[in-house]
Amino acid sequence: MITIIFSLFLLTMLVLVAVAILRTDNLFTAVMLSGIFSLIMAANFFVLDAADVALTEAVIGAGISTVLFLGALALTAEKDRSPPVGSVVPLISAVALGSVIIYAVMQAPRLGDPKAVVHNHVAPWYLEKTPELIDVPNVVTAVLASFRGYDTLGEVFVVFIACMGVMALLGRVRPRKDSIKLTEYEERSRNLRHHLIPRIVGKMLVPFIVLFGLYVQFHGDFGPGGGFQAGALVAAGVILYSLLEGDWRGRELVPEWFSSLLVAAGAFLYASVGVACMVMGGRFLDYSALDSHDPVHGQHLGILLVELGVGMTVTGVMITIFHAFARRGVR
Amino acid sequence: MTLYDQLPALLIAVPLFTAPIAYLLRAHGLPWAAATAAVVMTFIISCSIAATVIGGETIVYEMGGWPAPYGIVLHIDALSALLAMLVTGSSAAALIFGAKSLADEVGEEIAPSFFAAWILCTAGLTGMVVTGDAFNIFVFMEISSLSTYILVSAGPDRRALVATYRYIVMGTIGATFYLIGVGFLYMSTGTLNTMDLAARLGDVTELRPVLVAAGFITVGLALKAAIFPLHSWMPNAYTFAPNVVTVFIAAASAKVSLYVMMRIDYAIFYKNIPNHELQLALLLAPMAILALFAGSMLAIYERNLKRLLAYSSVAQVGYIALGIAMSSVAGLTGAIVHMFNHGVIKGGMFMAVACLALRYRSVNIANLAGAGRAMPWTMAAFVIGGLGLIGVPLTPGFISKWYLVLGALEQGGFGAFLVMVILASSLLAVIYVWKVIEVAYFKEPRANAAPIEGEAPLVMLIPTWIVVLTGIWLGINSYVPVTLATLGAETLLGAR
Repeated sequence: MITIIFSLFLLTMLVLVAVAILRTDNLFTAVMLSGIFSLIMAANFFVLDAADVALTEAVIGAGISTVLFLGALALTAEKDRSPPVGSVVPLISAVALGSVIIYAVMQAPRLGDPKAVVHNHVAPWYLEKTPELIDVPNVVTAVLASFRGYDTLGEVFVVFIACMGVMALLGRVRPRKDSIKLTEYEERSRNLRHHLIPRIVGKMLVPFIVLFGLYVQFHGDFGPGGGFQAGALVAAGVILYSLLEGDWRGRELVPEWFSSLLVAAGAFLYASVGVACMVMGGRFLDYSALDSHDPVHGQHLGILLVELGVGMTVTGVMITIFHAFARRGVR
Repeated sequence: MTLYDQLPALLIAVPLFTAPIAYLLRAHGLPWAAATAAVVMTFIISCSIAATVIGGETIVYEMGGWPAPYGIVLHIDALSALLAMLVTGSSAAALIFGAKSLADEVGEEIAPSFFAAWILCTAGLTGMVVTGDAFNIFVFMEISSLSTYILVSAGPDRRALVATYRYIVMGTIGATFYLIGVGFLYMSTGTLNTMDLAARLGDVTELRPVLVAAGFITVGLALKAAIFPLHSWMPNAYTFAPNVVTVFIAAASAKVSLYVMMRIDYAIFYKNIPNHELQLALLLAPMAILALFAGSMLAIYERNLKRLLAYSSVAQVGYIALGIAMSSVAGLTGAIVHMFNHGVIKGGMFMAVACLALRYRSVNIANLAGAGRAMPWTMAAFVIGGLGLIGVPLTPGFISKWYLVLGALEQGGFGAFLVMVILASSLLAVIYVWKVIEVAYFKEPRANAAPIEGEAPLVMLIPTWIVVLTGIWLGINSYVPVTLATLGAETLLGAR
């Protein structure tokens, strides 16, 4: 009962925030509100017992996206110059689509119904077999990295391509006339260094964020976490450092060649683990083949390595994109 | 496990393994070489797989060693093998063809990410056709879409960016619709494996979410396949993409979405939703008929050669959609063969266009006056392709239209109307192909026009003619595509 009330409250807040984002013409407010939107969404996932997803949403949606938006805002104006043009067609199609989905959901099983189909087909098998076949306490990790590891391999490549795409597009944008020189930009990005309190407090946080990232990375087998969340956390630490100390110091810490190497190396590591399994006589991504004596140990090794690959790619992508955006508009 | 057993996985593993390497290769020409090696390799693998499944066999490969429905399996039958050959073959042909012209069009700076994206685009499209898992299709759809955006945006004209932006918005809507549909299917059945979905949907009593899922999936895929009137992203994406990219995506990318539509709508919904063939026909047939006329008319009035061919593709996608709507073995065979044959025809024609663009520095039809004399081999390739679009006997276009007409005749009175539509649209194709021929062969170049260097270089001409000759071969001996397509159509309809 309390779950339902809480969910209702969160969903109402979600709608209110969404409407507020649409209605504001102050981009700074919109960015802050979308951060709050993600935080509420994360709470929602948590209520639904999806701790892994909640963690990802909090780190990426509320954390990194907000920082990227703010980085972009720092280089442009704060006000939306052309107010959104109200048009009836998008409204009608959105309402129509929404009604179709509601129509379908009316026959959906009740939230948390133990008799629902989704809980009675593959899910019990995963719960029952994971201790025996893979032996990690967190079944989500077992499904994500091993049972459906091929999907996750694909997702890592999606992240890799997204990074290449952003870099290719930003590389094509010619600097505008009012863009600033590199020296001027560095001067500007040094400004935050005068704000002593955020700088000192923020810098104290950085090592803990990175440490927590490493914990989430290597603890993913046992609790919520894994490469996606850990990568975002480590990258958040580096980005926070860059924001406080200036982008140029951030690039000294993690040079651009290194972050783009991470992007490719992570994806390559994941694919190589798959190929290694084939070389050892198993099927593609069959980690059991990695240890000829103890298949379960092979699974552990495989999951550790592919999660590391995920973490490397995600860290690299976040940092690369942040640097690219921060330098946007610099001659 | 022998190497032979591993072939299905290698089809995906080879490109995925090569892409990060290509991205890190910073030396001149190496990313191209890596991409070509990987893609040619996948083409050889898919030919060898096709040789296995042409006997009617189905290959199932369990990724990670986990059986379906708990893990993800690759499921390759005749239909997937044919499409895999189309994707990898057109990708390889375009890369070899582009050895020289890609270096001109794509700057040295973005070459590593461009070729990495090319490899991944091939892997994504191949992954969509060989997988037996509805969610896995979405993952590889994302890989192929995102990498296609990179490829298109590399076009030399800055309008490529606007075209890409439009493509991103429409493509994302299409993919999201697909995902919403898969979500509803999972809610109703608790599984994502396509075979298991087909089996378990039979027991589902509450059909509302399933119906909505069918709607979302079909419309989303129609958007990605650019079926009229959902084609608005396509003409400019084809026009402003680098010429060699257009060869690849025009030959393969929309076809894969049509393939997924066939798979999901026939293998999963056809047996489990009452009257699904009627729903599908009511949605697709009007769109297809409109596509045949609107696409051809837009092509007739178009002045840019690349956009003309893009509108012609809108019409040709209409033929395929019409075949899908017929829900008969002949209609589906026609649709599948046309996917393959149109890929070969359009690929060859866009290669000829790339040759013309290299010499004329323009793809406006008005500027191509005299091309028939200046570049006889290129224009001959273009004309043979054009005859294929019209559907003249001895061209591959004739074979596929033949099966479509057979399928239409099975439909009774309405079928006669469909035959008229197919013939009328072929006549419209005569007009737009003739329009190019007239300028190229019968118009004197303007007096002040710069003299043309002559025929395109052999590195481009030879691959073009290999594709054109493949087309002629398929027009004379269509054993491979027709056998695979008939097997595929029978499997889809559950006749086997």
